Amino acid sequence: MTTLLQVSGLTKRFGGLTAVREAGFTVAAGEVTGLLGPNGSGKTTMMNLISGNLKPDAGTVRLVGKDITGRRPHLIARGGIARTFQLVRVINDMTARENVVAGLAFRDRPLWGQAAANEADRLLERVGLGGRAEAQAAELTYVDQKRLELARALALSPRLLLLDEWLAGLNASELDGGIALIRSLSQEGVTVLMVEHVMSAIRQLCERCVVMNAGAIVAEGETTAVMSDPAVIAAYLGEEDD
Amino acid sequence: MTARPALVIAAGAAVFAALALVPFVADGYGMSLAIAIANYAILATAWALFSGPTRYISLATVAFFGVGAYTVAVLGEVLPWPIVVLAAAVNGTLLAFVVGLSTLRLAGIYFVIFSFGLTELIRQVVTWYEVKVTNTVGRYVFLDTDQSMIYWQLLGLAAILYLTGYLIGRSRLGFALRVIGGDETVARHVGIDTTRAKLMLFVLSALFMTLTGAIMAPRWTYIDPAIAFNPQISFQTVIMALLGGVQRLWGPLLGVIPLTLLFDWLNANFPNHYLLILGIVFMLIVYLLPQGVAGAIGKLSRSRTKPEPETDRKAHSAEARP
Ligand SMILES: Nc1ncnc2c1ncn2[C@@H]1O[C@H](COP(=O)(O)OP(=O)(O)OP(=O)(O)O)[C@@H](O)[C@H]1O
Ligand SMILES: [Mg+2]
Repeated sequence: MTTLLQVSGLTKRFGGLTAVREAGFTVAAGEVTGLLGPNGSGKTTMMNLISGNLKPDAGTVRLVGKDITGRRPHLIARGGIARTFQLVRVINDMTARENVVAGLAFRDRPLWGQAAANEADRLLERVGLGGRAEAQAAELTYVDQKRLELARALALSPRLLLLDEWLAGLNASELDGGIALIRSLSQEGVTVLMVEHVMSAIRQLCERCVVMNAGAIVAEGETTAVMSDPAVIAAYLGEEDD
Repeated sequence: MTARPALVIAAGAAVFAALALVPFVADGYGMSLAIAIANYAILATAWALFSGPTRYISLATVAFFGVGAYTVAVLGEVLPWPIVVLAAAVNGTLLAFVVGLSTLRLAGIYFVIFSFGLTELIRQVVTWYEVKVTNTVGRYVFLDTDQSMIYWQLLGLAAILYLTGYLIGRSRLGFALRVIGGDETVARHVGIDTTRAKLMLFVLSALFMTLTGAIMAPRWTYIDPAIAFNPQISFQTVIMALLGGVQRLWGPLLGVIPLTLLFDWLNANFPNHYLLILGIVFMLIVYLLPQGVAGAIGKLSRSRTKPEPETDRKAHSAEARP
C-alpha cells in the first residue's frame, strides 16, 4: 500500500499555546482516514497545516514523498490537496455553478467557459445539487451549502480530500446521504482524511483513524483497535470535565 | 442577460464615437465640465476595477495621478508627447508594483490608512526634492494643446479602460478577483495566487490613473506638489465610485456624472464649506446606498423574493462522541 500523505514532527504554536505538538502519521492512498480528538485538540490546525493555510514551526508534510511543508496554499491546492472548512465557506453572491467553477478554473489543468460549466453541473449532480446550479449560494440551505463546498473541493480533482467535520450538523437522513456520498467518492479512488465527531460515521467510513489530544497524536491504527485503545478512551473521558 | 461580446463592443464604440463630437457643440464651460466628467469617470472606474472585486478601499488614487502629472511637468517640454506619456506610464507602473507588493498583504483598515499615508509621503518627497535639489517650488506646464485635445485623449483612454474592464470581467483573472472578494481563504484553497491577481489589477488600475494625471497636467499650466497630489482627488474618486456602485463596470459612471455637477456647483457657491459638505455627502452615500446606484437598480430589477437561508445550524454539533 502506498503512502499518500506523510506528516512528521509537525509543530504549531500560537503564542504560548502549542496547538500541534510533534505530530506524525500517514494516510494511505485510496483509504478513508479519520482524524479524531476532543474539542481544541488541534484537528483543524492540523488541516490548516496540511493545506498550507498555516505554516508549521517545525516538522514536515509530504505528499507522495514530495516535501510540501509551508508551501503557499494555492500551490498545495494545485498540487492535489482540496479541503472543506469546519464553518462552511461558500461564495455567497455567486451561483452554485460559479462556486464550483472556482474549483475548476485555477487547478493544475484548468477548465473555463462552457467546459467548466458542464463539469460544474456534473459535480453538482454528483453531490445531490442537480438543478440548483443557478441558485445563489447564499440562498441554499445549510446542508446544500455543505454539498456545494464538497463539489468545489472535488472540482480540483484532488489526490487528497480534507474534510473538517463535513457531516456535523446534518440530521439523521442527511447524515446517511452524506456517508453514502463519501463512501462512493472513496470507491472512485479519492483518498480522504476526515475530521469527525460522529462516531457512527467513523465506524462506517474509516479504515484507519488518527487520534489527537492536546496537540499530540495519541493513537493511530485500524478503527476498531483505536476505539478500544486506553489512551483514546482517556482522552475523551478527560474531556467530560470541561 | 449576457449580451454577445461583439454587440456590446459595437454599442460601446458607437457611444464613444458620439461623445467624440462634444467639442463641436459645447462652449468653454461645457468643455470644462466634460473634461471633469471624463477625468473622474476614468479615475472612479479604474479605482473600482481593483477595489470593486477585492473590496480594498484605496486612497492612493492621487499618488498615481500626481506621478503622471509630475512626469509631464518635468519632461513635457523636452520630449515628444508620446514619449512623455510612455515615461509617465512606466513611472506609475513601477510605483504601483512597489506599493502593491508592500500593501496588499494588509487587511481592511490598515490598507486604507497605508494607502493614504503613502500618498502624503510621496507628496513630501517630491516637495523635498523640488526645494532641495532642483530649487523650485512649482513648475509651469506650457504645452501646445487645448481643451478639445485633452478631452479627446481622456475619451480615448476611457474607451481603452472600458474595453479592458469588460474583457477582464469575462476572463479568469476577473473571476479570480470575484472569488477573492467573496472569500480570500477559499480563493487560496482553490488554487488562486491571490497576491499575484490582486497585484495585477492594482497595477493596471494605477496605470490608468497615472495616464489620466499625465493628460490632465497641461490644463493647470502651473503645477506644484499640493496641486498634483491633492488628497481631495482620492476622496472624490472613492465617493463617486461608491455612489455609482463598484460591482459593475458602468456603475461608477452613475456616481461620477451627478457628483461632478454637484461638486462643481458647491465649489462655485460654497467654496468655504466645500470639504464639510463633501464629508456629509460621503456619509449619506455609504449609509443610504451601500451597494451604490447600480446595486440599487440591480436589486429593484430582481423581482422575485428570496427564501431566507437557514443559518441556525452553522455551529458544529457536539453530539455522538465515543
Ligand atoms: N489562529 C489561532 N490563534 C490562536 N489560537 C488558535 C488558533 N487556531 C486554533 N487555536 C487554538 O489551538 C487549539 C486547537 O484548535 P483547533 O481548532 O485546531 O482544535 P480542533 O481539534 O479543531 O477543535 P474542534 O473540535 O473544536 O474543532 C485550541 O486551543 C484553539 O483555541
Ligand atoms: Mg476543528
